Amino acid sequence: MTKTDNPNWSPFGFETRMIHAGTPPEPVTGARQTPIFQNISYVFYDADHAASLYNLQTFGFLYSRLSNPTVAALEERIASLEAGRGATCCASGHAAQMLAFFAFMEPGDAFISSTRLYGGSITQFGKTFKKFDWHCHFVDFDEPENVRKALTPKCKAIFCESLANPGGVVTDLEAIAGIAEEAGVLLIVDNTMATPYLCRPFEWGAGLSIHSTTKFLSGNGTSLGGCVVDSGTFDWAKNDKFGGLTKPEPAYHGLTFYETFGDLAFTTHAHAVGLRDLGATMAPMNAFQTLLGIETLSLRIERHCQNAQKVAEFLDAHDLVDWVSYAGLKSSPYHALAKKYLSGGFGSVFTFGVKGGYQMGMKVVENCELCSHLANVGDTRTLILHPASTTHRQLTDEQALAAGAGPDVVRVSVGLETLDDITADLDQALKTAAEQTKKAAE
Amino acid sequence: MSDGLNYSDGHLRGILHAVRSIAMVGASPYWNRPSYFAMKYLQIKGYRVIPINPRAAGEEILGETCYAALAEAPGNIDMVDLFRDSEAAGAVMDEAIALKDAKGIRVVWMQLGIRNDEAAARGEAAGLTVVMDRCPKIEYGRLHAELSWGGFNSRIISSKRRRAQIL
Ligand SMILES: Cc1ncc(COP(=O)(O)O)c(C=O)c1O
Repeated sequence: MTKTDNPNWSPFGFETRMIHAGTPPEPVTGARQTPIFQNISYVFYDADHAASLYNLQTFGFLYSRLSNPTVAALEERIASLEAGRGATCCASGHAAQMLAFFAFMEPGDAFISSTRLYGGSITQFGKTFKKFDWHCHFVDFDEPENVRKALTPKCKAIFCESLANPGGVVTDLEAIAGIAEEAGVLLIVDNTMATPYLCRPFEWGAGLSIHSTTKFLSGNGTSLGGCVVDSGTFDWAKNDKFGGLTKPEPAYHGLTFYETFGDLAFTTHAHAVGLRDLGATMAPMNAFQTLLGIETLSLRIERHCQNAQKVAEFLDAHDLVDWVSYAGLKSSPYHALAKKYLSGGFGSVFTFGVKGGYQMGMKVVENCELCSHLANVGDTRTLILHPASTTHRQLTDEQALAAGAGPDVVRVSVGLETLDDITADLDQALKTAAEQTKKAAE
Repeated sequence: MSDGLNYSDGHLRGILHAVRSIAMVGASPYWNRPSYFAMKYLQIKGYRVIPINPRAAGEEILGETCYAALAEAPGNIDMVDLFRDSEAAGAVMDEAIALKDAKGIRVVWMQLGIRNDEAAARGEAAGLTVVMDRCPKIEYGRLHAELSWGGFNSRIISSKRRRAQIL
């Protein structure tokens, strides 16, 4: 979809929306910064007002498990950045995935996912979702035809990450969206690693986009959070796959959400049924931290990407490094896709392979002084991890390899420190690790 | 927008502020129909909404008597809000044009998903303001920062302080 035929497109620039969308001055006090509504419940004017709120006949707040003014400000801001119709924030990225599928999946239903996902998502989809009798078929999205072949009558959605964690892998969104469109299923894109600054999935045909706001959007490693953004352009009634939105909802005294709320249906349902009944709500304080984070998103992502490009080039030329998987390197098989789908940089999370396998991988990480050895990405700090022994250790060797987390793989999330300090730390860690590995072998 | 219908925020705000009484053609007596949601909301915002629906004529909907046709509605009607399909919009428009002076009709608003360009052209030629393919509830909520409460993208960017309002 091009900009101009998206009804949710704004004439204001990205940076303006990053600072202003969702957050006009608070009307009662005039406070310019968004207040943290650290509050659970909202007083009704009278019984009729209460009834209208419970019946979803009027806009407003009822109880903060469903919605809260600070969280709503963040929702509008993220929706605006992706030119979506609305957004639903929740407790974490994983909660967002749960919330997205919950709207339309029934026991026995299936969806197709890329193998190149954050390890936790592979476990959530492959193991935990099974307990709901939801079935995820993992396929290699590098060959979009694989996706078409995996379609079954029970399939309702296709899921992938735009820029995948951990691998520097970029998905051919337009090709995948074409397959989804033909099959009448929904394309859900996890846009966490790219952020709305680098990629806007609705421009390529996604119906929903998902974020772990825990990462770059909050930006400083302070606040867990997740978000489901609805494009508002997916026709839920195009077939009978999406009864959750097109049939009377038993959890809402028989209200039919799509008929009643049109392009507001998904987001209304995600709050009024999803958050109400699953309960994975975002805390107002986390929403505030994330709003603050987003105010500087473009500046941070630009520098993250610049630093990452230089660190990737440094590692690529390093004797102790076997390979670097960063979409910003011309040698990357994903470079052309990255140029098409990402605007303004290639992200700052990527993997590299060390010479010496599993042991060497672990040792490099252990010998870092400046880079923090922990399981997270998208912080101002440079973060480093050996996925095979941590985030991806729940997976079989085969799954780990397919996810880009083999034994020699180290993942780095390049931060905003002085570039030379980052490369110097990685250099000394590689050299020390090589010495230790050599000694251990003797 | 994609439909080529460009209504500025100022234009829609002007309509919603000038209008006080609305005849809702196609209003349903059933609580779970979209028109019922819109009627309830517009009432909360202080509009007098008169339901028009031959199948529910004589019944009460949300405290208002329902009439079979526009011509039967009592008093002034500032705006006709159309909850019918695009085809039916033509006949209702002609009724509105005929009753324009008698009822003080100034605006014909066709709901989200409803569009009839010929009818709109006739209305405009007769001096009516016509809005198509929009919902007055959604537009009212959007322009008064209430849609934002639901996590929706209002597309409004402003650092002006709004007057706090009751209800
Ligand atoms: C791409 C991606 N999606 C989803 C998640 C899950 O997010 P959260 O940790 O906020 O639940 C992560 C977390 O690492 C991630 O990197």
